[in-house]
Amino acid sequence: MLRVSRTIMASALAAGCVMAAGAGASVTAAGVAYKDVADMLIAVMVADRTTYTKKVVQRLAAKEKVIKASEHFDDDKALPLPAQMFRFGAEAVADKTDKFSYSLLSMWPINKQNAPRTDIEKAGLKFVDENKGENYYGEEELGGKKYYTAVYADVAVAKVCASCHNEHKDTPRTDFKVGDVMGGVVIRIPMTE
Amino acid sequence: MNRTAQLWLLWLLLTAVGGGILVTGMFYGGPTRANLLIGETTSGHHQIELACGACHTSAFNSSEDIEKTCHGCHDAELKAAKDSHPLKKFRDPRNADRLEKLAANKCITCHTEHRPKVTNAMGVTLPNDYCALCHQDVGKNRPSHIGLGFDTCASAGCHNFHDNTSLYEDFLEKHASGPAVIDNPIVKLNTEKVEITASGDALNVASAADAPEGKHGDANVMAEWLATRHAKGGVNCSGCHSPKSKSAEDIKANWTDKPDHKVCATCHGLEAETWLQGKHGMRLADKMLSQTKGLYGLFRNRPLTPMRPELARLPMQSKAAHSDLTCTSCHSSHAFDTKQAAVASCTGCHADEHTKAYEGSPHRKLLVAELSGSADKGTGVSCATCHMPRAWMEDESGYEEFLVSNHNQNANLRPNEKMIRSVCMNCHGLGFSIDALADPELIKRNFDGRPSAHIESIDWVMKRVKEKGGK
Repeated sequence: MLRVSRTIMASALAAGCVMAAGAGASVTAAGVAYKDVADMLIAVMVADRTTYTKKVVQRLAAKEKVIKASEHFDDDKALPLPAQMFRFGAEAVADKTDKFSYSLLSMWPINKQNAPRTDIEKAGLKFVDENKGENYYGEEELGGKKYYTAVYADVAVAKVCASCHNEHKDTPRTDFKVGDVMGGVVIRIPMTE
Repeated sequence: MNRTAQLWLLWLLLTAVGGGILVTGMFYGGPTRANLLIGETTSGHHQIELACGACHTSAFNSSEDIEKTCHGCHDAELKAAKDSHPLKKFRDPRNADRLEKLAANKCITCHTEHRPKVTNAMGVTLPNDYCALCHQDVGKNRPSHIGLGFDTCASAGCHNFHDNTSLYEDFLEKHASGPAVIDNPIVKLNTEKVEITASGDALNVASAADAPEGKHGDANVMAEWLATRHAKGGVNCSGCHSPKSKSAEDIKANWTDKPDHKVCATCHGLEAETWLQGKHGMRLADKMLSQTKGLYGLFRNRPLTPMRPELARLPMQSKAAHSDLTCTSCHSSHAFDTKQAAVASCTGCHADEHTKAYEGSPHRKLLVAELSGSADKGTGVSCATCHMPRAWMEDESGYEEFLVSNHNQNANLRPNEKMIRSVCMNCHGLGFSIDALADPELIKRNFDGRPSAHIESIDWVMKRVKEKGGK
């Protein structure tokens, strides 16, 4: 049931990594296609994450240097890292609804729990790494439930993304540079039919 | 009717009556209930074991309903502990296969009540090697862990399932070089001023007391009250004994000789709330009913009685066995002396080795020095310093934080590593604290001496840092 779309998204964000998803979505009286829902969701996620990265972390930590961003933001009285911010959002969504879920995964994860586990995750992360600007869509069954699963590339948009990952003592890869695919966002929508 | 039929009838009747008594005991409570417990409860719940409805909210409730009650009492504590395995982690469908192996999204998977024979430390009712179910390949990224038994993850002093706030790798690295006692050891939060809610005009003379005739205390009571912050903040007799009453008539009509914790809670909300979560006050929490109303008025709602030392599983002073535990048991009424509440009130009931050893402990010497004025404020260590430490806590609205003494004595007690950040590290290095808490004999001696145990977690972390080319 694997279906791989080669649709190139309408435009890319500043670093040329993410898509303006949702473009051309077909909303009909019958509903919205799973793919379109996933594309709309990723557009919001990417927009929020980029805003946080640029308008908060990059501005206050990298440029103005008034506060640091740290993995241990509580102890260090610092800003959460953009990836952490993204995960907190995913957890908060999971607290609110089971209509969709999302996670940030990588083939080179710092936290090994974020390595791909399902077949679709493995195939999707590989695909978005090898096919720049493209997304991966498929269906899978987990715990007896069917899911529409979309995988979107997560790209190093700023120098600090790459350097921080390269220098982390738990990283399995040390040669990331700006523009590289570092992982992917996996969105799952439980299928009703 | 022949004799056999009569005996049959009698047997049926007795069975129905006997069964009826047992069933009503189960559903509505009363004297038979204690005999119906299906197995000894854990030390965390034994005080409320006769309030079946606290967990079994209805006669045939589902495991989901029971789960809700777990969360109702324990969520705040788990949130404060930055739970390493929170429910939200397991909601992601990508963990569905893991949940099939171990339903880690449910409290009762690991903590099943009434199973004394299989209950391990921390009330865990699974075999202690449960970590293996998800973390079998830990050796791949942590070669140091190859060959270690999975039953030792949580028992060797290195990891906890829920609270790892003072055990996580980077924290160990950051504080690796801490000494046994740091320079200028001081419990910082004990030096801070606590905001006083009572802000009325000070009451300075006994004649200002507004108790109705016949209810005035003797000279001692008056002197004790006048010395308190209560009197200095304008809290008159009626403030506690007849709250909300304005006129002398009302005060007299609504007078209560022994105000309960709910009256204290009107001003000391967080203290009362946390006290009701701990072992001292949990029997008085809402909905703790040993009997529930029903059966055409035959049964009435009957809350559990206050805790009494005779009900405790820890060694207690026999002279205190029958005393009810309320706010004023520790904070004697009228004087409300926090110094007494911080030590003497504890030793008045507790008679275990750790408590009895406090008298000769180095911590007490520090407290004596502080109270005599020869050492700075915050340098003394009382029972309360460690077991009811001050903390910034959110009020009910969740918008404001207040500095209060956490009256849930269990909040940082089990597993005892929870104490490291809130208490120990005010004065001691991390490694020393971890080792001290891992030495049961040292704990019994109330920390008189040096730890004989050594937990290797910091050594392993530093070895790994070195291997990775760090500092």
